[in-house]
Amino acid sequence: MVLSNKTKAVLLGPLNKNNPIIVQVLGICSALAVTSKLEPSLVMAVAVTLVTAFGNVIISLLRKTIPNRIRIIVQLVVVAALVTIVSEVLKAYVYDVNKQLSVFVGLIVTNCILMGRLEAFALGNGPWPSFLDGIGNGLGYGWILVVVGFFRELLGSGTLLGHQVIPQFMYDAGYVNNGLMMLAPMALILVAVIIWVHRSRNRELYEQTN
Amino acid sequence: MNREKSGYTMIYAAVMVIIVALGLSFTHQALNERQTANVNIDKMQQILRSLNIDATSAEAQQKYNELVKNAYLINSDGVKEEGTEGITPDDPAFTTDPGDENAKGLPVYEANIDGSVKYIIPMQGTGLWGPIWGYLAVEADGSTIYGAEFGHQGETPGLGAEIVMLSFREQFIGKEIIKEGQFRSVAVVKPGQSVSDRDYVDGISGGTITSKGVDAMLRSSIGEYERFLMNLNAAGEGQ
Repeated sequence: MVLSNKTKAVLLGPLNKNNPIIVQVLGICSALAVTSKLEPSLVMAVAVTLVTAFGNVIISLLRKTIPNRIRIIVQLVVVAALVTIVSEVLKAYVYDVNKQLSVFVGLIVTNCILMGRLEAFALGNGPWPSFLDGIGNGLGYGWILVVVGFFRELLGSGTLLGHQVIPQFMYDAGYVNNGLMMLAPMALILVAVIIWVHRSRNRELYEQTN
Repeated sequence: MNREKSGYTMIYAAVMVIIVALGLSFTHQALNERQTANVNIDKMQQILRSLNIDATSAEAQQKYNELVKNAYLINSDGVKEEGTEGITPDDPAFTTDPGDENAKGLPVYEANIDGSVKYIIPMQGTGLWGPIWGYLAVEADGSTIYGAEFGHQGETPGLGAEIVMLSFREQFIGKEIIKEGQFRSVAVVKPGQSVSDRDYVDGISGGTITSKGVDAMLRSSIGEYERFLMNLNAAGEGQ
């Protein structure tokens, strides 16, 4: 299927020049909290993508019926219901990962990206573009999480997805895992490094300095 | 239709909430069985880890059934309550949480490893940010620690959360909780420090409050089993 230019922009924009984390700086809290290992980062990325996409679709389908006065409440109920379902499914099928994510699955509800997309996009667009917008923003959030999770697990624990990747002879030669990587501040620094690289390649994102 | 009328808004909200509630309770019902099974297997894995066995969730059930031969509740005199025996997740020992004040007794698991009996005691306490818990496996003499397992809800990663690491847990092996006929527990001290009247292990550097929490948990949770352990200890010496 060929996507029109506008649809393409809706889907791919959030991956790059309109990225929720590194450009809009939303959803930072969970990006710090769940990225100390790669696996929870991946699961979180998938969970947020699904919730954003289906939340967008549901709100978009309901957009002509929602009473304006309680629209934020309606959005909240839809998001909370979806998050609860995701959390129940995780508990039933990937219990170990659910334990690592602990409260952060529930906290997807408070993820600014979600409410932002529902309010800014789904209320004014049809279901299909809304779905793509949700997928786009979820993936835009997700790839940053995965990159941060990759480096934090590699440098902090010497493993990837729980498998040892830094060989034993490196440790014998005096290499040490960087414990700082396991702490939240290091995630912030890694996100900042991604922002730095990203901005230096996209001059139009530079803020005006007077 | 006028979307701004109060009547419409109220009916809309009511219908939405009912639909969502039905949807969620249906989801919960459908997945409940699997979730409970996961929680039980997780508990079995913890019990096995206190026996120094790292079982995957797939093999936990089988290993647990192989090794844990008996489980029951004990009363405040440290004597087994009749009719509480059984190791399955539906039996009283498994369903009773340590720290439950309305419980009929304290749970004890008996495991058989290489022909000798180990007694496993669940523990519960408080760390820096939230609850911590664990299982302590004690040799048949009621004093020597065979293995220890700790868990936590949200201790600081890299600091307090290190109590789950093998390097911390294996320090407990061989320590004695009864000295000179008296219950002493095991102290968790700052690395480098020591205590004279009882056995001690090094706490976590940078995880002082969590380490103190483990220390307090050992004292209070195992303290509740004092009579039971003393009975075991006395029986051992009489032979």
